[in-house]
Amino acid sequence: MKFLDEYRDSEKAKKLIEAIHRRVSKNWNIMEICGGQTHSILKYGIDELLPKEINLIHGPGCPVCVTPIEKIDKAIEIASNQNVIFCSYGDMLRVPGSHTDLLKIKAQGFDVRIVYSPVDAVNIAKKNPEKEIVFFAVGFETTAPPNALAIFMAHQQGLINFTELVSHVCVPPAIKAILDSINNRVQGLLAAGHVCTVMGFKEYEDIAKRYKIPVVVTGFEPLDILQGIYMCILQLENDINIVENQYSRAVKREGNVKAREIMNEVFEICDRKWRGIGEIKDSGFKIKVKYEEYDAEIKFGLEDYSIEESKECKSGLILQGLIKPVDCSVFGNKCTPEHPLGATMVSSEGACSAYYLYKEKKLQ
Amino acid sequence: MCLAVPGKILEIIEGEELLKIAKVSFGGAVKVINISFVPDAKIGDYVIAHVGFALNIIDEEEAQKTMDYLRQIGDIK
Ligand code: SF4
Repeated sequence: MKFLDEYRDSEKAKKLIEAIHRRVSKNWNIMEICGGQTHSILKYGIDELLPKEINLIHGPGCPVCVTPIEKIDKAIEIASNQNVIFCSYGDMLRVPGSHTDLLKIKAQGFDVRIVYSPVDAVNIAKKNPEKEIVFFAVGFETTAPPNALAIFMAHQQGLINFTELVSHVCVPPAIKAILDSINNRVQGLLAAGHVCTVMGFKEYEDIAKRYKIPVVVTGFEPLDILQGIYMCILQLENDINIVENQYSRAVKREGNVKAREIMNEVFEICDRKWRGIGEIKDSGFKIKVKYEEYDAEIKFGLEDYSIEESKECKSGLILQGLIKPVDCSVFGNKCTPEHPLGATMVSSEGACSAYYLYKEKKLQ
Repeated sequence: MCLAVPGKILEIIEGEELLKIAKVSFGGAVKVINISFVPDAKIGDYVIAHVGFALNIIDEEEAQKTMDYLRQIGDIK
């Protein structure tokens, strides 16, 4: 496939890895923010091919993993309702809430459906006027414009049986929270290319300046990631702290203005809890008052519910780059993708699941 | 869930401003994708698609530059 295969070329990858080896002289901690990148790194064994001086820290960039446990409980509460068709992206179904998960609710006979796009949920609402259709709107800035457009469409079409349970998160505030932490070890950042297709990278210019840290907007294929690391290393070794764009074929500095217009029409910034990390100021989107009739939490009276997380799962430390999945005592024994105890084991983009899939298997 | 993949626009099916859709081929698998966020997209363009929406048009010139850069890195000793 064009724009895919050429970024998986093993000859070029080998040369890039050699170039990285030539350039590195000191130890560096580089964080890849996005779970999609973590997945590629483990899948292609990139971490093992790099010089030992480079330590890749896996960031909080998986929306499935950071959706707070109370949102999962709310989803379960709503879905356990005869009158509801609950629509969600597939990877949310196995995320454990405090008692159960959406897949078990579906097995009990409730109507939980996997959709590929929020537009599918709007279409289900049109076809089933006697039912309440609730769409589980999770994701980063990449997914926010489509999820906003679904509400806008429902509004334009006068649908009164469509709402969204919104758990949107924004990347830059979480990055700042990590860099502000006294435990911070991150010295270079690979910014998530797909988030930047929408948001651009002006926000990262402030981060690079304020924290004196190199930032490379990076794509998802092995060559993208290797080039991102190479560019980051060049900056680190030469004491440069600017934003560079490795993923220029898809990302422009200003991002996608049109997509942001619709996002800002429907959503506004709010404080948001991150699973395993806690509340981060201004790190999420919620539905504006103007569109509150599309807010499932209001419709189902669930705004005030909140709950503590279990302490057994160490995903919060992993998401902040303080430990690796293999450092968790239940990794691979009590906690596996078949029986996940935490969200980072559920999603294929979660660090625990990526380690289990590509590292445990190899060891066995 | 953040997966976004490149696909080629085969056909644009006109729709209202926010409902403009296109048939997009992902290595042969054809899907209907909303292209209202990329109003300039033309048949033959490659777009990055995510949850049924095209987020950006792939810039072929920039893609070529990246490939040239990669070649260069390999050559520098
Ligand atoms: S291995 Fe399981 S319990 Fe441990 S941090 Fe990962 S998800 Fe949580």
